[in-house]
Amino acid sequence: MEQTISVSVNGRQYERSVEPRLLLSDFLRHEIGLSGTHVGCEHGVCGACTVLMDSAAVRSCLLFAVQANGRDVTTVEGLDGGHEELHPIQHGFWEKHGLQCGFCTPGILMTLVPFLEENPDPTEDEIREVLSGNICRCTGYQKIVEAVQLSARLIKEKPA
Amino acid sequence: MKPAAFEYHAPRTVEETLALLWNYGEDGKLLAGGQSLVPTMNFRLTQPTALIDLNGIDELFFLREEDDELRCGAMTRQRAVERSDLVKRIVPLLHETMPHIAHTQIRNRGTIGGSLAHADPTAELPALAIALDASMYVRSFTDARWIAARDYYVGLFTTSMEPEEMLLEVAIPGLPAGSGWAFEEVARQKGNYAMCGAAAVVDLAEGGSIGHVSLVFLGVGEAPVEAERAATLLVGEKPTAAAIRAASDAAAKLDIDPVGDIHAGPAFRRHLAGVLAERVLTKACARAAGYEG
Ligand SMILES: Cc1cc2nc3c(=O)[nH]c(=O)nc-3n(C[C@H](O)[C@H](O)[C@H](O)COP(=O)(O)OP(=O)(O)OC[C@H]3O[C@@H](n4cnc5c(N)ncnc54)[C@H](O)[C@@H]3O)c2cc1C
Ligand code: FES
Ligand code: FES
Repeated sequence: MEQTISVSVNGRQYERSVEPRLLLSDFLRHEIGLSGTHVGCEHGVCGACTVLMDSAAVRSCLLFAVQANGRDVTTVEGLDGGHEELHPIQHGFWEKHGLQCGFCTPGILMTLVPFLEENPDPTEDEIREVLSGNICRCTGYQKIVEAVQLSARLIKEKPA
Repeated sequence: MKPAAFEYHAPRTVEETLALLWNYGEDGKLLAGGQSLVPTMNFRLTQPTALIDLNGIDELFFLREEDDELRCGAMTRQRAVERSDLVKRIVPLLHETMPHIAHTQIRNRGTIGGSLAHADPTAELPALAIALDASMYVRSFTDARWIAARDYYVGLFTTSMEPEEMLLEVAIPGLPAGSGWAFEEVARQKGNYAMCGAAAVVDLAEGGSIGHVSLVFLGVGEAPVEAERAATLLVGEKPTAAAIRAASDAAAKLDIDPVGDIHAGPAFRRHLAGVLAERVLTKACARAAGYEG
């Protein structure tokens, strides 16, 4: 039986009627057309589908859309806050070549938003640990680590 | 859409939940963090008639100290336990082990109750529950009971709960001053389920000999395995390197009977168990003696 839900995504309210078995990842991609959230494995392993729900990084493939009813979701499309400028983390990845095919990138960026808020000066070990939940098959991670280090600096330099 | 269709219930109270479970029995599944259940639904290995979502039941989210015990509500997120100062103070072994469980994104949703009830033989929390002598508070629509962690785990992904029962809370005795603890594991990748892990809790008696020891393995059986022979060898002994080595060898040879899988064969798991036992016993004894924080 379908259920009507109302979810705030990147600051905009969406109301839809959905089946309870609809995954949040499919809701984002197919129901409201935000295909920036990628789907790699659908069992929680790859991290490509990571989004923020009420500011916490979560796997959207392991949540049902009905569970996001009344909540705030942020996807990679919301990173620039509706402005034309890149988020400092996006800028860091662009400058340091933190991606090749880019499939893993949205999930990594969304993992890093709360991480860098809580750890403005992360060590390389801390960066590698937080990245352990996101699989990248292209870069070998080295450039991603450098991108995170630059992102941390950019966030600090950014005028408030 | 990968999961099969189901009826979705989002009760607000434990009473409502127990009534739903009573009605559905085997056909109803509780949804906690979803970090183990939803993958199996996406594979259609699990196709419940009804999904009963516990995420709206406020009374299941809590962490508090009561009678020198840590009381933890079933829906308390793994991440909340990892970050709790209370947990760090009264059950430091639990605090130290949390980061070994999966990744931050998983721990943000995954719950203590979900992990304990799921009874994965390579999960950290069931092994810890036994090492720490925890008890589970379980209810059905008609009954309520406490189950000691030792009696809770009965087999592969199997607990002694009935289908109409649910786990409400876990009580973990605080570690008294003078006890030592340690946890270590070996996983192929940070955050993956471990091939083998070991938890130890040690109390030293007057005079510095070992009064009580609990050594529990994960990944070497269908449920967590308590190393009873090793414990018998150690009690009454001084915690010397030789005594710890002998007990660790006994644990690996006599206390476990691991089977192999694609991640690690039986001989390798036995080897890991011996090495990890020695490490955690050494660290726990040093902590009990006050050499290491
Ligand atoms: C990529 C990945 C890596 C992981 N790595 C690890 C790891 O290294 N170590 C580890 O321990 N875990 C790991 N996990 C699993 C994770 O810790 C899960 O959160 C945990 O196993 C289940 O908790 P949950 O709250 O998500 O429960 P759910 O997935 O919602 O439920 C699990 C099972 O328990 C039942 N259940 C839930 N709550 C109750 C209750 N209160 N009473 C009775 N039954 C209940 C459910 O019906 C279901 O059968 C990993 C998961 C993923 C996706
Ligand atoms: S698609 Fe969600 S973790 Fe891989
Ligand atoms: S850039 Fe291709 S998977 Fe990471």
